[in-house]
Amino acid sequence: MNFQLNVWRQANAKSKGKFATYEARNIAPDTSFLEMLDIVNDELTERSEAPIAFDSDCREGICGACALTINGQAHGPKHPAAACQLYMRSFDDGKTITVEPFRAKPFPLVRDLVIDRSALDRIVQAGGFIAARAGSAPEANSIPVPKHNADLAIEAAACIGCGACAAACPNASAMLFTAAKVSHLAFLPQGAPERTLRVTKMVRQMDAEGFGNCTNTYECEAVCPAEISASFIAKLNREYARAVLQRSVGE
Amino acid sequence: MIGKLEGKVPPGPLEQKWRNHKNNSRLVSPNNRRKFEIIVVGSGLAGGSAAATLGELGYRVKCFCYQDSPRRAHSIAAQGGINAAKNYQNDGDSVFRLFYDTIKGGDFRSREANVYRLAEVSNLIIDQCTEQGVPFAREYGGLLANRSFGGAQVSRTFYARGQTGQQLLLGAYQALCRQIALGTVKMFPQTEMLDLVLVDGHAKGVITRNLCTGQIQAFAGDAVVLATGGYGNVFFLSTNARGCNVTATYRAYKRGALFGNPCFTQIHPTCIPVTGHHQSKLTLMSESLRNDGRVWVPKRTEDCAKPPNEIPDADRDYYLERKYPSFGNLAPRDIASRAAKEVCDEGRGVGPGGRGVYLDFADAISRLNEDTIRERYGNLFDIYQKITAEDAYKTPMRIYPAVHYTMGGLWVDYNLMSNIPGLHVIGEANFSDHGANRLGASALMQGLADGYFVLPYTLPNYLAGQIGKRPSTDHEEFKLVESEVRARVKKLLEVNGERTLTSFHRELGLLLWDKCGMARNATGLREALEKIPDLRDEFWKKVRVPGEGESYNQSLERAGRIADFLEFAELMCIDALERDESCGGHFREEHQTPDGEAQRDDENFAAVFAWEFQGNGKVERPKLHREPLHFEAVHLTQRSYK
Ligand SMILES: Cc1cc2nc3c(=O)[nH]c(=O)nc-3n(C[C@H](O)[C@H](O)[C@H](O)COP(=O)(O)OP(=O)(O)OC[C@H]3O[C@@H](n4cnc5c(N)ncnc54)[C@H](O)[C@@H]3O)c2cc1C
Ligand code: SF4
Ligand code: FES
Repeated sequence: MNFQLNVWRQANAKSKGKFATYEARNIAPDTSFLEMLDIVNDELTERSEAPIAFDSDCREGICGACALTINGQAHGPKHPAAACQLYMRSFDDGKTITVEPFRAKPFPLVRDLVIDRSALDRIVQAGGFIAARAGSAPEANSIPVPKHNADLAIEAAACIGCGACAAACPNASAMLFTAAKVSHLAFLPQGAPERTLRVTKMVRQMDAEGFGNCTNTYECEAVCPAEISASFIAKLNREYARAVLQRSVGE
Repeated sequence: MIGKLEGKVPPGPLEQKWRNHKNNSRLVSPNNRRKFEIIVVGSGLAGGSAAATLGELGYRVKCFCYQDSPRRAHSIAAQGGINAAKNYQNDGDSVFRLFYDTIKGGDFRSREANVYRLAEVSNLIIDQCTEQGVPFAREYGGLLANRSFGGAQVSRTFYARGQTGQQLLLGAYQALCRQIALGTVKMFPQTEMLDLVLVDGHAKGVITRNLCTGQIQAFAGDAVVLATGGYGNVFFLSTNARGCNVTATYRAYKRGALFGNPCFTQIHPTCIPVTGHHQSKLTLMSESLRNDGRVWVPKRTEDCAKPPNEIPDADRDYYLERKYPSFGNLAPRDIASRAAKEVCDEGRGVGPGGRGVYLDFADAISRLNEDTIRERYGNLFDIYQKITAEDAYKTPMRIYPAVHYTMGGLWVDYNLMSNIPGLHVIGEANFSDHGANRLGASALMQGLADGYFVLPYTLPNYLAGQIGKRPSTDHEEFKLVESEVRARVKKLLEVNGERTLTSFHRELGLLLWDKCGMARNATGLREALEKIPDLRDEFWKKVRVPGEGESYNQSLERAGRIADFLEFAELMCIDALERDESCGGHFREEHQTPDGEAQRDDENFAAVFAWEFQGNGKVERPKLHREPLHFEAVHLTQRSYK
């Protein structure tokens, strides 16, 4: 298969970026999208041109490193899947494909298609954990958890931290990401003691990083490779309202 | 000079060793802990849990990883589960049994006391992770669920769908985040360790490169902990993440740390087969699938091209069930992998190139129905579908063995300290616990055992004597090593030849897969030892690494890693040649039982091979040190899973 690529090139955060055009030739349909970029990069290297920088590690949809907007969609046209799980057989032969970085103000550009997503780490640092000192945990089966809650918890916990939700959102909101972590921990009895503080601090940090508000466009859910449901955003809102209420009654 | 290798195994009966050792270990008082700076390289299960726990105890920790966030360490990709001796199923499990299965699974090539300790702390890990909010699978009554894994006849594996590694890592990551917010841990993402600094023979710092800016920097600490994972990517194609490397441990080796059993690699039986030249990595299908999937190939070569559904049961060879009736499809990994290679070598493999076998769920689906199978393995079936565009609910999966894990690693004693004082090594990066073959669901267990429950107790044995001995990075040793690192980066960029990095990596990988893979023999290994130095020479003459050093440069990152693989591969082959026996995943064709199983030679090889760097190439060979393995609690037997 043959493709024409329209790729965003930008040397660093300060320089001006622009699209450049490349050919991807003789690509086997079973080649993954990132492998196709590898092939193009090897050709660029052979021609003494700078290869295209893009992030990836696991290449199986779990680490959350890959972050490409392909033909205008975060992670590309196949849902639910991360960019690394996209195969060239999903594209029509001979087509032009546009590749850009995830664009959102809290994700500054590093180079070409690579962005800095440390804002997401800082949201977790603000409160996305259960304080459990090694050595002081009770026997695991001493606190039974209803299967239904455990199942909801893992559905929320499946978030891979890629940031596609914020990139796809017209307001660059990180609500889905934050909601996933707040919900995961709120569905478990172990998460109860820090419930109020957690949601308050995480939402505050989300705002401080410059992520926008949620206006219910659900672009986030549509692009999320981990199929995190937007219903968790409603859960986050309830958790937040509960925390505000508790604070206002003087807790 | 390195004298006799001391494992420092504490005295006393096996089941009391760890308790006694803890009682006799030194302590660092709370107000002294903050005077110590600990450098932890790696933020996977091992490094992440260690950094968080040491921070929690009050030490000052600096933690490094090459990804843009600690949450992306390769542990995230582990699918199947984590073992523990809880005996929640009431099926006769115990600490001793988990210990015994692990040491037998490793074909009696690991240290008894370490493995026993691992089994002992396994239960604490499940308690700890549950308390952190790891959403393990549960039964309807709300209690934790288990499943079975290879090499065991009890059900002791805890899991979170097919994303156990992800959930355990996120637990450790969140604990780490908490410490980062509290200021006890300072995190350095996208920062690669390129060398180790020794001052007066002690590990006291590292030299790193900031992958975003290219800045090369020195960091000093009171102790260094390497938790940098495995080196399976030396084979080019493996189930490891793209960035997995040997650089940190190999650089430490070149500074004098001994490398233990480098040739012990695990080839996992159930991976999606190779499809073509373009492929950059292989994908594992979790071993847990063997709980319900049946492995088979056609009995006759003529049938191989037929669609599987048209081959009647009578014409199928369920070879694992046939050869190993008592363990069946749950035979250990090394055995299952070799059996797959054997039937494919006989020409009975299926799929492109005849390198594949079927993993069939039809029986399980008719016994349990599709929804049950979907609930158990849904995400694995999805991964399979995404990659192959085939529906495994309708047609059997095709699988083939692939490089997956490395049992070898830096040599450590019972305190997890290498022969270099102050240098500790944990997780997949060390050689301990898994011998010549690792059982499924035991790497996650080991990484977390090391980080949460072992290192925090053993590190003070070193630190207690080190108050106030941390050098400054102005020390001449730091300057020297830093200048060497700079020179190497410069040299890589200056070659400017005509061959791509990929071409070198692929050539090395194919050579190793061929000569030092699932089966090895002296002739092949000697051949590889002739070729590797030539390939390395060619690399330094002809490689092309584009870009500059002072910027974000992924080619330069890869170049450094491949350059290290090109040296390390030689060490693997030397080790494989020297170990003139078969054991576990190390199958020397010259040594097999009449029915083709690995034939150990306990008299001559019940020992760890720990190699000391002397120089590379055809002339200079590393020096071998042996740590004899003593077995008191177990009786060495020919492993049988029949
Ligand atoms: C696909 C797959 C599935 C698996 N499934 C299971 C399973 O079900 N059960 C099980 O028990 N085991 C499983 N394993 C094995 C297990 O996942 C690993 O052995 C284990 O997670 C390794 O953990 P670690 O902390 O030692 O290393 P890793 O998680 O690999 O972490 C290494 C860390 O070191 C950092 N690093 C590496 N080099 C450098 C450097 N030079 N400078 C700075 N930082 C560096 C990395 O950034 C990373 O943070 C699986 C492995 C794979 C590949
Ligand atoms: S919620 Fe989905 S899209 Fe957002 S970071 Fe998590 S996995 Fe990515
Ligand atoms: S590379 Fe890991 S999710 Fe895409």
